[in-house]
Amino acid sequence: MKFEGRVWKYGDNIDTDVIIPARYLVTTDPKTLAAHCMEDLDMAFAQKVLPGDVMVGGRNFGCGSSREHAPISIKGAGVSCIIAESFARIFFRNAINIGLPILESPEAAQEAEKDDVLTVDLAVGTITNHRTGKTYQASPYPPVVLGIIQAGGLIPYARNILGIQITG
Amino acid sequence: MGKTLAEKIIAAHSEDKREVSAGDLVTVKTDVVMANDITAPIAIESFQAMGVDRVFDPDNLMLVPSHFAPNKDIKSAEQTRTLTIFAEDQHLKNRFQVGRAGIEHVVLPERGLVLPGDLVVGGDSHTCTYGALGALATGMGSTDIAFAMATGKTWLKVPDTMKFVYHGQPQNYVYGKDLILRTIGEITVDGALYRSMEFTGPAISGLSMSERLTMANMVIEAGGKCGFIPFDEVTQAYVEPRATRPYTPYFADDDATYISVHDFDLAGMEPQVACPYSPDNVHPISQIKPEKVDQVFIGSCTNGRFEDLAIVAELLQKTGREFDPNVRVMIIPGSQAVYLQALRAGWIELFTMAGGAVSVSTCGPCLGGHMGVLAGEEVCVSTSNRNFRGRMGHRDARVFLANPAIAAASAIMGRLAHPDEL
Ligand code: SF4
Repeated sequence: MKFEGRVWKYGDNIDTDVIIPARYLVTTDPKTLAAHCMEDLDMAFAQKVLPGDVMVGGRNFGCGSSREHAPISIKGAGVSCIIAESFARIFFRNAINIGLPILESPEAAQEAEKDDVLTVDLAVGTITNHRTGKTYQASPYPPVVLGIIQAGGLIPYARNILGIQITG
Repeated sequence: MGKTLAEKIIAAHSEDKREVSAGDLVTVKTDVVMANDITAPIAIESFQAMGVDRVFDPDNLMLVPSHFAPNKDIKSAEQTRTLTIFAEDQHLKNRFQVGRAGIEHVVLPERGLVLPGDLVVGGDSHTCTYGALGALATGMGSTDIAFAMATGKTWLKVPDTMKFVYHGQPQNYVYGKDLILRTIGEITVDGALYRSMEFTGPAISGLSMSERLTMANMVIEAGGKCGFIPFDEVTQAYVEPRATRPYTPYFADDDATYISVHDFDLAGMEPQVACPYSPDNVHPISQIKPEKVDQVFIGSCTNGRFEDLAIVAELLQKTGREFDPNVRVMIIPGSQAVYLQALRAGWIELFTMAGGAVSVSTCGPCLGGHMGVLAGEEVCVSTSNRNFRGRMGHRDARVFLANPAIAAASAIMGRLAHPDEL
């Protein structure tokens, strides 16, 4: 899996209330949530984000509540991948579970600037910044996480474990 | 080698009951699974998408409508209805109807549904609250919750543990809330990322269960995975009359391995306040400009228990004062049981006569949901746990997090105030 996209750069401790404020949690629809994604921090994001864009954050990205609506809204906005120095624990699991790729790489996150173009190769965990020409290696996933990613998210992973086959 | 509380409880719940150490990835059995009116609808959708018919354990799945309940609009009514229908279809033993429940983290301990030694996963980040009882409790997102609903299991990475030791005699009007605020102020909002926090020391032994629940509640505000207050006589006295099933307390070994140990001398410590826009922007009350406030919120899973309301009632009774008429004072008991206790104590009348608005139990203003959403530029003193931008309403509203005594004094003075100023 390879993605190429433009960077939306944010700082440390981007919390889930900023990613998707609670006032919008009366729906689970990705498109509706995406329309309000990041609006308390960056009004331009929801309006200008293009499919495939990459979100880049600092430390503790996604801290705060357990709302899965946060990664759903980012994925719904068309973001292909999030890169950060570190992720909050619940956000990390949620993103993986719903099939939104996220990579931890302090250097790649620090050195990326808004509107840089990045190429991400998920299979090997590398991030290339077209402006600087540098390639970074992201932290590897633990085995369970890799299993979930390979299955295509936690729902198909659970079906495999439970031996459930969905037909049609 | 000695083991931490997290290692012991995870080992006891692991599939082959093997010994585990920090860093291991383990599949564990869950005792209690929880979700609320925001997280359960997605969890139920994911559960159905997994193709499973029945939940693994209908006796220990708790679906608690608390955030937008009593339903604030049609959409939230639809969300709550999803929970009700699912609970009926799946024959869930425990039901949490409006009027008989409240905020999940107040209700579950109060009813003896979460117990010492349990492994609890909840579709709410403040699930860590139950660590005050000596349970390993951690928040997860909806799809993880769906997996636990379907299988009675989850996967965990055994966390490293940070140990916090508190001693010394603080000033008056210092509570568990101040201890945890000071801790977060010191280690910052990602200081305990992916880690377990064990709170110990003589100052902790002396805390009531209510204050312990407040401390464990805010573990997530330091990024923590779970937190613990060791099981002792206070825990036992709280749990014994409530427990709905047998339980096993666990204890950390004296020679357990901690990634760090943090010593807090509380001698002379003042009440602490977290200023906008982060729970780690913490200062002693005397160092904060006494700003005019527009709203005071006393409630939430952090400080919405009977003992919290008692602090407010005592200040009103002692001073004979009323709340400042220019301040909206929202007092929201954390559960209907707390509401009833307060009613019987005569406090609902006391609060109302003082100009406070007392309501049915709900999360309400804590997440900017309803019952006291803030306008731009407004200032609020809140006993809750988060003051991120936009958390309680408008992005420009500013929220100061404090204990119930500071909140009550501020409500009386119309500005940020210490009870000694009354
Ligand atoms: S009271 Fe606030 S923090 Fe607690 S569960 Fe409700 S919304 Fe979350």
